[in-house]
Amino acid sequence: MNLEAQATRIREHVVDMCAGPEGAHLGGSMSIVELLTALYFEVLRVDPERPDDPERDVLVLSKGHGAPALYAALAERGFFPVEELASYARPGSRFAGHPVTLVPGVELPTGSLGHGLALGAGFALGARLARSDRRVFVILGDGELQEGSVWEAALGAAGLGLDGLVAVVDRNELQLTGRTESICPLEPLAEKWASFGWTVREADGHDLGAVLPALSSTPWEAGRPSLLIAHTVKGQGVPAVAGRVQAHYATLSPRGHARARAALRGGGDG
Amino acid sequence: MAEATREAFRDALVPLMEVEERLVCVDTDSGLFKDVDFGAAAERYLNIGIAEANLMGMAAGLAASGWLPFVNTMAAFAATRALEAVKIDVAYNALPVRIAATHGGLSAGHFGPTHHSLEDLAVMRTLPNMTVLVPADAAQTASLVAQSMGLPGPVYLRLGRKATPPVEAEPPVVGRLQCLRPGSDAVLVAAGPLPVLAALEAAEELDAEGLSAAVLNAHTIKPFDAATLVEAVDDAEVVVTVEDHWRTGGLGATVAETLAELEPRRVLRIGVPDMFAKAVGGHEFLLRHYGVHPGAVTECVLRELGEAAPRLVAASQRPRRAKEE
Repeated sequence: MNLEAQATRIREHVVDMCAGPEGAHLGGSMSIVELLTALYFEVLRVDPERPDDPERDVLVLSKGHGAPALYAALAERGFFPVEELASYARPGSRFAGHPVTLVPGVELPTGSLGHGLALGAGFALGARLARSDRRVFVILGDGELQEGSVWEAALGAAGLGLDGLVAVVDRNELQLTGRTESICPLEPLAEKWASFGWTVREADGHDLGAVLPALSSTPWEAGRPSLLIAHTVKGQGVPAVAGRVQAHYATLSPRGHARARAALRGGGDG
Repeated sequence: MAEATREAFRDALVPLMEVEERLVCVDTDSGLFKDVDFGAAAERYLNIGIAEANLMGMAAGLAASGWLPFVNTMAAFAATRALEAVKIDVAYNALPVRIAATHGGLSAGHFGPTHHSLEDLAVMRTLPNMTVLVPADAAQTASLVAQSMGLPGPVYLRLGRKATPPVEAEPPVVGRLQCLRPGSDAVLVAAGPLPVLAALEAAEELDAEGLSAAVLNAHTIKPFDAATLVEAVDDAEVVVTVEDHWRTGGLGATVAETLAELEPRRVLRIGVPDMFAKAVGGHEFLLRHYGVHPGAVTECVLRELGEAAPRLVAASQRPRRAKEE
């Protein structure tokens, strides 16, 4: 399966999870699909057969509410049977609404925003102490950057020169209640990270042709952690809500489910 | 009709803001106030985004300069993430910050342990100057919000997520333990919507077994009404506490500490055991899974009184102590 097709398959799983009894965080899952596809199918040195390999690359999904996309990517990558996704959020499932370590492939639980960058920095520091060249990737939401703990971790990681650490900001410009720039503006964002000592690049977060080379070539500068600002659309792939505040959380009716799936396959308006 | 306590909080606060011009509501991207028309008070509602430590610090600054802040965030984030700001900036200064803490207990359901708050009552009751309130339903929430206006220091108001049924009760009085049902064989003390309903249902089940169980609604964890508890336990052989909280440190601890000092009784605490929830499911599913439900309360009392039956018989043959006025 080529990467674009893989991304579509992951989106289908996310839509299916949103059609479950509890619904799911649709928008923020959809905006990171290409990022996860690039990471799990090309960039990350991970082996589903050896999930505890101490040399494996690490992904921390700091924006833990993107769990549906992460679960879908892990399933497609072979960490557990795809059929298990049907149990998402149902009583007795191991798939909670935020990632938990009961799910193979999940490194540490996340969900409360602002924790993942420090976790990743810890992994990166540990790698350096072990003289390992394993890489650590952390995906953050842009609303998440309103949490001060992120900046504390950013300062610290640059101060330690953790160039094994790569952070990716899912810049979909939206949060639960509206546009980030209307609530607590983040811009100028690239300049902030650069001034904190990170090497910053920007890319269209849905263009695998741009995301892949960027994430495959880190560190971009020796001695400095790398930050990719991925410009994305919240709810990408679901035209009915893409780019809108309503994309945040969805509990799809059977009709909504069918429309969304049809839109992913290229027909209908989602 | 079932109503969410967090919505009752919102619906009580908004009109209050129009008449009490010192009130400021600071929110953190919760969505609770979506489409609300604050009218003339619009300038005093602010959504500062996903920033809970900033929330508590700013609330302290506002309160120190004469404003009356109500802040809104999830209980987990108020009680642990932003705790130092609550402890030092708010409680240490005894500032009149009202913390509306939504998604208390296991009510965040399938969102998992990062969003559960099973420690907040333990944490908040430890802080000097803090008033800790746990309304049992929407009507109690509205009443406690109004009463909080008269409290000089900080207040932690624990709210839920989804709608919960109403509890038949007189209006609560801050600082008083509320008797919902008299009884003499056992005393059930509960806090929060689903635990209170569980205690009431258990009392019905026990009644069918010929046992009379009092039910007390602990809507005020701190300051705790020790006098009413001591009076209520009178001849009871067992006290059972019920809470949507870890068994450690919350309502159970409050009751056990109080009775150990003043009127020793066997206290059995029903709450979530000492573990992070591994199970996935909604609020009611998780409560049931972790042993916080009517059947667990009933079984606890029956087991205890069953073993104590010989003691009860002996006690019933002793002259009862005269009640002190």
